[in-house]
Amino acid sequence: MDDGKLDALGQTIGSALPGAATGHTVAFNQLTVDVEAARIVEVVKYLRDDPNCRFINFTDVTAVDHPSREKRFDVVYHLMSPTLNTRIRLKAQADEATQVPSLIEVFPGADWFERETYDLYGVIFVGHPDMRRILTDYGFEGHPLRKDFPLTGFVEVRYDDQEKRVVYEPVRLNQEFRKFDFLSPWEGADYPLPGDEKAGPKA
Amino acid sequence: MNEQAENLRNFTINFGPQHPAAHGVLRLVLELDGEIVARVDPHIGLLHRGTEKLIEQKTYLQAIPYFDRLDYVAPMNQEHAFCLAAEKLLGIEVPRRGQLIRVLYCEIGRILSHLLNVTTQAMDVGALTPPLWGFEEREKLMVFYERASGSRMHAAFFRVGGVHQDLPPKLINDIEAWCDPFLKVVDDLDRLLTANRIFKQRNVDIGVVPLKEAWEWGFSGVMVRGSGAAWDLRKAQPYECYAEMEFDIPIGKNGDCYDRYLIRMEEMRQSVRIMKQCIEKLKAPDGQGPVVVEDNKVAPPRRGEMKRSMEALIHHFKLYTEGVHVPAGEVYAAVEAPKGEFGVYLVSDGTNKPYKCKIRAPGFAHLQAMDHICKGHLLADVSAILGSLDIVFGEVDR
Repeated sequence: MDDGKLDALGQTIGSALPGAATGHTVAFNQLTVDVEAARIVEVVKYLRDDPNCRFINFTDVTAVDHPSREKRFDVVYHLMSPTLNTRIRLKAQADEATQVPSLIEVFPGADWFERETYDLYGVIFVGHPDMRRILTDYGFEGHPLRKDFPLTGFVEVRYDDQEKRVVYEPVRLNQEFRKFDFLSPWEGADYPLPGDEKAGPKA
Repeated sequence: MNEQAENLRNFTINFGPQHPAAHGVLRLVLELDGEIVARVDPHIGLLHRGTEKLIEQKTYLQAIPYFDRLDYVAPMNQEHAFCLAAEKLLGIEVPRRGQLIRVLYCEIGRILSHLLNVTTQAMDVGALTPPLWGFEEREKLMVFYERASGSRMHAAFFRVGGVHQDLPPKLINDIEAWCDPFLKVVDDLDRLLTANRIFKQRNVDIGVVPLKEAWEWGFSGVMVRGSGAAWDLRKAQPYECYAEMEFDIPIGKNGDCYDRYLIRMEEMRQSVRIMKQCIEKLKAPDGQGPVVVEDNKVAPPRRGEMKRSMEALIHHFKLYTEGVHVPAGEVYAAVEAPKGEFGVYLVSDGTNKPYKCKIRAPGFAHLQAMDHICKGHLLADVSAILGSLDIVFGEVDR
């Protein structure tokens, strides 16, 4: 589908669901519709059942973390319509406490994707019958894909020969964690260069 | 009598994580009513390496090798999805020879994956010969990988904007010479399995997935084709030069394990057909030329240029320290990987590192339906179904 048709489709969706679908954009030949998190089920049901849409294939759920925003997460859904041969992306904003309704009644395939999003980001889905962690370890704490979660994590495991079991310990780095940031200081790096601290903050 | 019924309870067993038919590190908690499966609870994540978190810390070039380690039986197909996503954001088009090499190696990857899957599925249901025959061919294909990239498995051969190096003419000839004998091997496997009574008893009418369910469970690739949808991203949403290739898409009628096996067999033959066309086009005059975009802001300059040109040297230095700046935006790019739709959702904030890179693995969506598909089957069918779902844990756990 070309951009014009995608734009028309976005407008149809927006006018069919006032208040739930709040806007749309077309970029890189892909349609993104902004939706209200509380009404996501309604939107997805419409997209699945409306004869002009038929987005019957469930592709993906994930989130994007923007810690500086008030509602830090974008919960992102991808659906695909084999009839129209096109994809759609739904974006809903949420914070750590927002209760996002689960899509499991509409698409059973949302099951693990929502569990993963909860596991890695801590987005809360309500109405999901089996909300456990999925990818991380049993008893893991924290949500690793959040931007404020350190790359090294907090605990490490090793096999203890005396206790004859695997033990968890706080991460101990033998060498200081090195972060290579090669962003050119003329093109976006927002920290002083090493050795350049005396120059004071940039104007 | 009543008292006895009350004492009857379902039997719970642990399948894996070291079970050979679990295809890696899957732990299944099976609840059995006699020999009938009442509930399946797959526990995954034992191979979770935090790929997505790591990619956020690396430049676009450094992210590519992580994709080899996802579905490690068809590494280049994964790299392809990431490169397509980054190329979409950058708005560049790969030169024709680069496209042909990519398609050639993606089809090699497809055969690698299907060979492994078809033969190990046969092993799961009791046949030992097919893996021995299949792995011999896989070995030859891995040599082709090695001769192109220097590595048998973790190739890291694709680049944003093309592929790393051109193929030597001898390699192209050798791949061509491999094609026809391989078709005979496929025929041999066919004779060994397709009409085999035991193989059919274990697979026909097992794990039936109706098409409607296949779509709403998020299935893709062979799993929807087995259920009767003529859906293949290579045809439906062609990327690279798939639009000019001639090939057929096999589809199933019943959506059972046996149909999925037949589709994989036929897809191998179709892949050989595509490979032959690629080789022909690579040898034709219009198939010559660069294999990666000439823009030195994206792809490094040639070695010879670097010796003479200061500008080329600066480009090289910038590319291998700072990396490519990808314009801000978000994009979803998917390829028809051997196991289904492998997608990359890439969010860029305009710097040299991806802000977010979500990997949408087909196996993840397929495995979550285990409970749904296996319910009511016998315990022995679990391994047959698992085999036909084509699960590789590198991509499921990421």
